[in-house]
Amino acid sequence: MPDGHASTALAHQFEDLEQQHEAASLGMWVFLATEVMFFGGLFAGYAIYRNLHPAGFAAGSHLLNVTIGALNTAVLICSSLTMALAVRAAQLGRKKPLVTFLILTMLLGLAFIVIKLTLEWRHDYLEGFAPGLNFTFAGPNAKSVELFFVFYFLMTGVHAAHMVVGVGVLAMVLAMAWKGRFSPERYNTVETVGLYWHFIDIIWIFLFPLLYLIGGRY
Amino acid sequence: MLGHVVPKSTYFLIFGSLLALTALTTGMAYVDLGQWNTIVALVIACSKATLVVLFFMHVRWSTHLMRVVLLSALLWLAILISLTTTDFFSRGWTPVPQSWESSEVVR
Amino acid sequence: MATAAVNPDTRVHYLNADYGIKSWLLTTDHKRIALLYLASITMFFFVGGAAAVLMRLNLIEPNGALVEPATYNKLFSMHGIVMIFFFLIPSIPAVLGNFLVPMMIGARDLAFPRLNLLSWYLYMTGGILALYAVIGGGVDTGWTFYTPLSTTYVNTNVISAALGAFVAGFSSILTGLNFIVTIHKMRAPGMTWFRMPLFLWAIYSTSIIQILGTPVLAIALTLVALERLFHVGVFDPAVGGDPILFQHLFWFYSHPAVYIMILPSMGVISEIVTCFAKKRIFGYSFVAFSSVAIAVISFLVWGHHMFVSGQSIYAGIIFSALSFAVAIPSAIKVFNWTATLYKGSISYDAPMLYALGFIGLFTMGGLTGLFLATLATDQHLHDTYFVVGHFHYIMVGGAVMGYLGGIHFWWPKITGRLYPDGWARLAAAIIFVGFNLTFFPQYLLGYLGMPRRYAIYPPEFQVLNVMSSAGASIQGVGYLIPLIYLIWSIRYGPVAGPNPWGAKGLEWETPSPPPTENFKELPVVTEEAYAYGEKETHVA
Repeated sequence: MPDGHASTALAHQFEDLEQQHEAASLGMWVFLATEVMFFGGLFAGYAIYRNLHPAGFAAGSHLLNVTIGALNTAVLICSSLTMALAVRAAQLGRKKPLVTFLILTMLLGLAFIVIKLTLEWRHDYLEGFAPGLNFTFAGPNAKSVELFFVFYFLMTGVHAAHMVVGVGVLAMVLAMAWKGRFSPERYNTVETVGLYWHFIDIIWIFLFPLLYLIGGRY
Repeated sequence: MLGHVVPKSTYFLIFGSLLALTALTTGMAYVDLGQWNTIVALVIACSKATLVVLFFMHVRWSTHLMRVVLLSALLWLAILISLTTTDFFSRGWTPVPQSWESSEVVR
Repeated sequence: MATAAVNPDTRVHYLNADYGIKSWLLTTDHKRIALLYLASITMFFFVGGAAAVLMRLNLIEPNGALVEPATYNKLFSMHGIVMIFFFLIPSIPAVLGNFLVPMMIGARDLAFPRLNLLSWYLYMTGGILALYAVIGGGVDTGWTFYTPLSTTYVNTNVISAALGAFVAGFSSILTGLNFIVTIHKMRAPGMTWFRMPLFLWAIYSTSIIQILGTPVLAIALTLVALERLFHVGVFDPAVGGDPILFQHLFWFYSHPAVYIMILPSMGVISEIVTCFAKKRIFGYSFVAFSSVAIAVISFLVWGHHMFVSGQSIYAGIIFSALSFAVAIPSAIKVFNWTATLYKGSISYDAPMLYALGFIGLFTMGGLTGLFLATLATDQHLHDTYFVVGHFHYIMVGGAVMGYLGGIHFWWPKITGRLYPDGWARLAAAIIFVGFNLTFFPQYLLGYLGMPRRYAIYPPEFQVLNVMSSAGASIQGVGYLIPLIYLIWSIRYGPVAGPNPWGAKGLEWETPSPPPTENFKELPVVTEEAYAYGEKETHVA
């Protein structure tokens, strides 16, 4: 039965720490399954419309900046690395690396959001690519281009919202880590937040080619 | 200790692979492959996602149940996209009476 | 189980363990959360019912006896939105599921008690948004929010109604998540998957649907809201959009959603039928696997709502064939329940009356679904009262009967009191009669061609409409009676022992009402489910 130290970490509904850990992981995976379907609905709509309007979607895609998109992809991949290293530090009970890697992950996440807001969205708005707010594109397939941008802003927007939530949760985890709340017996929270973070990275891994690289750049 | 501890070297190897694949997919966009551009991009994206899932998310060492949850979600997404696509894909197969055809096509 | 009934007022249990409004609004006890849901769901049931009363009153006369068509459109929309999102979908999972899942598997609580409380607050937030839509002028698109009507052509509170459904959807997702993790990870020693009561298989299957389907509804509603707010043509053909895409995204959830509504009810029926026939379930694994099969196949049939919308005929053929397939596991259950009843020692207490009603009425509703699944007949029947009759036979004759049966079956466990049996049986009979009088004429009306969602109709349909409205008034009385005696019984009902029905199941091993932690010592399970008529084996 749980010893004095571990029993403070064990919630009353669980029998032992292993059950609690497995429940937390399974819970996060089930939640990620719902997120797959949530983003999936958007991907489905996007896929249908892209097949119906290939020229317009390609034209819209060409208006995006591939370099910035690729840069942001790299930023997120770095953040996934630091997140994985943070979880590893928690597993080994090493507080300083854990705190360091959590901070790095947060900074990289914030960098992603800042790059997106200032270099991409602001630019798109000023150029007249923002449906409903400021859409002045008037080339061929203008209507399909507008449809493309609706999905672009919605998909990257929902993704960014998830990142903001992720950064916020990381801040809370950081506070807990700073107070020494994690140990090799008790690091569920870091691991489940890590799973969420990697998932957000995966969504972007698909968004980048699907939004920025349509129809090729040759 | 709960859970599997992964060596740092593995993480860095995966990290390097992910960056390399990102460079690859960006570069391939500048090569004219016609229809294949999209497929190549998706294959690369799936590879990257697989690396993240297996190694960063520890699915390589996880229980059977987690894998079933993940695969079920992907299967369900496939159901949504494929059955919806059968509708849009096959609409053109049904002939429309000539009297319904108009000279203007709304695009 | 002939332990003497201890007066619930002196023993400490989950109801009196703590007092005050904070102890209820900040509780993490799954049993108290179940009661929070019970109160709010009952409230929404009567709100949705009020809309139905007004609709049926209006339909007494061919030219509309009560309201203008514009108002009538708001009434049927609100009836649908409230009844589906705020009554039927949460009902059994949030009330009976929350109360019973930990007890049936031998656990102290669900896996994530605080998430459970959050679910209730999300549900209430969604409910308040929906009520705001109602009070703020109503919404008139139907609960289906079809585009382009909802995006372009109405001035009503579409966004707040859709937002209400969106938020309530997250409540549903979190509840499903909690149940899946709990059932996988927290079963008591000896409680293998195939020793679980079938109610848990039903809840588990329901949770799968909640997890995988609801997010897509969220996206569909978000796109509608976006189109309304920013005037961007996501579903507008003039800019290359397609209104049918909305229907695909909407029905991808909303068809499985109807199985969210019926599966838990089927689980309840398995529990009731075995107890009141004092027999093991016939074909346990068939019933268990059919629950999972229903959950899976339910995701493959959504296009049968779109046969006449402009969907490709080839997609229609696929969806039609799959819709026939989904009927099979349901039929398997009906055969198994019937076989369970055969040569059973049957007693006709109120829960059993509801269960028997379920079996007959669900079968009728299910069979009429086949006409709708058939492409050729659906051309004639789509959007007529035949559809309305079909789904009310399932939703009311099925889901609500199961819900009421379950409430009556577990009431002594939940409250520690017995309700007056005579009144309960009378109410069940009144509901049954009222229900059939309300909805059977609707099959005929639909077959004869009366469209649904119409405030007025040709005079030759009046007799059937009046019959339907008369039935509705009888039904209404039938629902009010349990409201009264159940509330009465909390204070004045005879004290119930741990197991007044002599039922099998871990929840019946605890006192009524149970203590907060459910079990003093976690049980070890050694016998199969529904071990009726066997020698008593000791459950530790």
